Amino acid sequence: MQARRLAADVVIIGAGVVGTGVARELARYDVRVVLVEKRADVAFGTTKANTALVHAGYDAEPGTWKARLNVRGNSLYPKVCAELGVAYKNTGSLVVAFSEAQVLHLQELKAKGRINGVPGLEVIPRERVLTIEPDVNPDVVAALWAPSGGITSPWELAIAFAENAVANGVELLLSSPVIGMDVRGGRVSSVRCPGVVIDTGFVVNAAGIWADDIERMVGRDDFEITPRRGEYYLFDKRVGHLVSRPLFPVPSRSTKGIVVAPTVDGNLIAGPNALLVGDKGDLATTAAGLAEVIEGARRLVPGLPARESITNFAGLRAVAVPAGDFVIGASPGVPNFINAAGIQSPGLTAAPAIAEAVRDILADAGLELAEKPDFNPVRERPTRFAELCRDEQSALIEKNPLWGHIICRCENVTEAEVVEALHRAVPCTTLDGVKFRTRAGAGRCQGGFCGPRVVDIIHRELGVAPEQVTKKGGRSYILSGPSKDSLLEQTACRCLAHAIRDDGQADTEDVGTEDACRIEMREREGVGGHAHGGV
Amino acid sequence: MRTVECDVAVVGAGPAGLAAAARAKRCGAGRVVLMDRDRELGGILNQCIHNGFGLQLLSQELTGPEYAEHFINEARDAGVETMLDTMVLEVTRSRQIVAVNRTEGLIQANAKAIILAMGARERNRGGVIIPGMRPAGVFTAGAAQRFVNMEGYMPGKRIVVLGSGDIGLIMARRLTWEGAKVEAVLEILPFPSGLTRNIVQCLNDQGIPLYLSHTVVDIHGEERVEGVTVARVDSDLRPIPGTEWDIECDTLLLSVGLIPENELTRDVGGELDPVTGGPVVTDEMETSTPGIFACGNVVHIHDLVDNVTREAWTAGEGAARLAARQQPGGETIRTRAGDGVRYVAPHLLHLDNLVARDVRLFMRATRPAERVQVEAVVGGKVVFSKFERVVRPAEMVVLTIPPGKVSPGKASPDHAGGGSHPELVVRITPRDRDTAVEGGRKA
Amino acid sequence: MSRETAELTCIVCPVGCRLRATVEDGQLVEAQGNSCKRGAVYALDELCAPKRTVTSTVRVEGGFLPLVPVRTREPIPKDKIAQVLLDIAKIRIDAPIRIHQIVAADVAGTGIDVIASRSMSRVSAPRAE
Repeated sequence: MQARRLAADVVIIGAGVVGTGVARELARYDVRVVLVEKRADVAFGTTKANTALVHAGYDAEPGTWKARLNVRGNSLYPKVCAELGVAYKNTGSLVVAFSEAQVLHLQELKAKGRINGVPGLEVIPRERVLTIEPDVNPDVVAALWAPSGGITSPWELAIAFAENAVANGVELLLSSPVIGMDVRGGRVSSVRCPGVVIDTGFVVNAAGIWADDIERMVGRDDFEITPRRGEYYLFDKRVGHLVSRPLFPVPSRSTKGIVVAPTVDGNLIAGPNALLVGDKGDLATTAAGLAEVIEGARRLVPGLPARESITNFAGLRAVAVPAGDFVIGASPGVPNFINAAGIQSPGLTAAPAIAEAVRDILADAGLELAEKPDFNPVRERPTRFAELCRDEQSALIEKNPLWGHIICRCENVTEAEVVEALHRAVPCTTLDGVKFRTRAGAGRCQGGFCGPRVVDIIHRELGVAPEQVTKKGGRSYILSGPSKDSLLEQTACRCLAHAIRDDGQADTEDVGTEDACRIEMREREGVGGHAHGGV
Repeated sequence: MRTVECDVAVVGAGPAGLAAAARAKRCGAGRVVLMDRDRELGGILNQCIHNGFGLQLLSQELTGPEYAEHFINEARDAGVETMLDTMVLEVTRSRQIVAVNRTEGLIQANAKAIILAMGARERNRGGVIIPGMRPAGVFTAGAAQRFVNMEGYMPGKRIVVLGSGDIGLIMARRLTWEGAKVEAVLEILPFPSGLTRNIVQCLNDQGIPLYLSHTVVDIHGEERVEGVTVARVDSDLRPIPGTEWDIECDTLLLSVGLIPENELTRDVGGELDPVTGGPVVTDEMETSTPGIFACGNVVHIHDLVDNVTREAWTAGEGAARLAARQQPGGETIRTRAGDGVRYVAPHLLHLDNLVARDVRLFMRATRPAERVQVEAVVGGKVVFSKFERVVRPAEMVVLTIPPGKVSPGKASPDHAGGGSHPELVVRITPRDRDTAVEGGRKA
Repeated sequence: MSRETAELTCIVCPVGCRLRATVEDGQLVEAQGNSCKRGAVYALDELCAPKRTVTSTVRVEGGFLPLVPVRTREPIPKDKIAQVLLDIAKIRIDAPIRIHQIVAADVAGTGIDVIASRSMSRVSAPRAE
């Protein structure tokens, strides 16, 4: 099969919050950008599984990429989220100390923060901590108050970046893993995905935990990504009031520790622990890991009830070895291959600043950046029924009755929202995609109620057979096939086996069954797909 | 916003809501409006296509849809108004409901009495905390039941069921009968959670192994479930290292309990029972918020739909009485779960009712036991008791106290119990021991 | 002469009595543990000719739902269950459907009908497949 050929000035590999952020930044300029993503949707990697915090920036060693881009990224958040209609709350954050030794550590963090340019840091006494966070462990001695800390929705941001980029001319290819790159004269000349070859002037490597594998495709091996797994608890909105802002323990050398934080949606999140894992697919939670998380979380908030957990998950953070810092810049020896790799924490906070940095590096490397006069920085926040007042809700239902049909009982998501999510600039075809865009399935019943309804809407709106609808792309099918088929299929096999064994000498009853099977086998012809492949 | 004025508004048209609405109407309530978020009446019964419903109440062994149809017809005949595809967004203490649907938009219902009959939802993976990957193919049993029985799709071909609750057992047979292979049913407790008859006809008949004191400790598969690791648990329900083994499967069904659906009840702000997760109710099925009633799985998880219907009748009668301003007044006595009883509902009994009519107490045993006496005790005296050959935590125990067993005089404050309010304690005691202390009790 | 004693759990109703029953030449000679008469009948049936009610679904054309729940009017011999399930898997019936309407008469030669467990209206626009 002849591969489709595209031409681009820049190919960005990876549509997480970093890749989509770069794409949206480059969309301001008159350059042809193609964003390629191996998964079925944007934000399906590390972006969907992290603590969702906007860090103030006092942790990172002064002078590092992490330090610079964290503080710069933090300052960009209010504007970026306002332009893109993304949830963001400037809650401030607290690092909680439980001993005098830890208070000394707070002073060190404060000093480091001052060098990094973090505004307003202050060590506050126990009484003030307990006033603003009454459910914090009463053993608290003092806390570092960082007024610029906050919370956001990582996937909302990545989806908004991608939608705004696409609206401004960026081409997005989903389900398109990079299978190779052509290097000529020390420069990348094209990027190959199944069925498509993209000739390009530059490549940006924002491939998250696979960034080292991608870099190897251009013959370089400058760093290795060792995924560090972090496990999380998400709690019911019922206990969302327990904390009002992210609470950190005093950090260790490698991590910021197990955090308890509110989410922009009103839940509570606790995590992560930190465990280096060898396998980039190892997103498994473990009994030991989850126990560690709940224990760590209870040190900060003793009243956290484990039974209010609504889900657990794990995310992999892309730790670059040996760098330890973000790896941002042209790959040595391949000047038009730009890494934006090793983006572990505070990568989410830094993302808008990483986009600027990559833009500048591309410009320095010779990419011509002429601003587009018609660039529209605004992406409207999709309307959410649950966020509206009664009058607004009424008005919508009058225009379109689907706004009056609630399909997710926990989050009060309407059918109209799901339909809209399936037809946006960045298409979404999966249950998880619908969940990240609308919150249908993100509530306390975790899709038990809306799951069948969302499958039905995807089937109707996109013309996908229900048994082809997936949770998150690939072979993550929800259903195995129409009922009855399974029974008839199984019987068909049994009776075929019987016929072979008997060498055709079946008794009358068997002939009857066999005939029936044949009819059913014929009936099922033309019904393709996985559901019938595994017999 | 459209406004609806009514005597009684019922939230949820499952078995509880249907029976409550019909009974309220029959007992003289004016306009009775029944709302449900689903596309048809009957609630979860519509997907419970197995038989076993109605034996106690209708003296027939019906399937869920048949039982539903019986009570749908009753509600229609009684003159109950129904609103389908209608989600209740809000219930207030002043008995207003805000609901929404496609055809009428937002609706405000002002009712003299509201009956909450939202039922229950299933505990899911996050609620029981099963470690492992997060692939597609992990379903609650009820969600799978809806797919198979109503939508016409199979959740998978090789199934492991975690939890021996009735829905899980029923689904094990159902999926087997639809051509799937059910590899095993695992139960973390040392005894099954479902009815014994379901163990026999859903597992034993189908040759499906039941592993007691076992649980799932890991889920495999990145995209779709590829298998689970199971292990034996110790007496504290902790997995025992070294006992793990893997079962290949493409689907994990969870039948690990139901949680009363009480978000609206919480909005109203009444008192909740920490054991059941449902509201505290009187013997009229009225919650601690005047005019707000509740019945069915919203109050506590039932084993038999017949008991749900009975409880709903009480709620319907109570709501009709309230609408007609004929509620019993006077003193109440609090019920409390004593030895061998996990919880008891209702929580408050009107002394007037105890004098005048049968009062039914629903309870669950804490542990399986044989040959026991179920006793109601007031002020240290057994006022009524009955013999049960077997009690199991999976099966509800019903104690119907005949009129006149508790009189206002007997319900004097129980100082021995330390409380200043009169209370009625229910307990389950071994009969043999009972016989031994019989004399003492009478003294 | 055949004599058989077995421990059974009665499944006639949700009480689930544990029975100890002895059958000789197709006659129940002793039953213990049952709390009603139906338990004795069950014990005899279960030891001599076990029966079960089969509940399943049948595909519907033009119905409010794609499937209608069905059951055997009475319990059928246990060894016929597989055949009954297979037979009804092949059936498609047209909506509207009345409750207890016969869906398959004399299913699998058992002499017992399969009947609809609910009524179902016809929808003007059939669900898209």
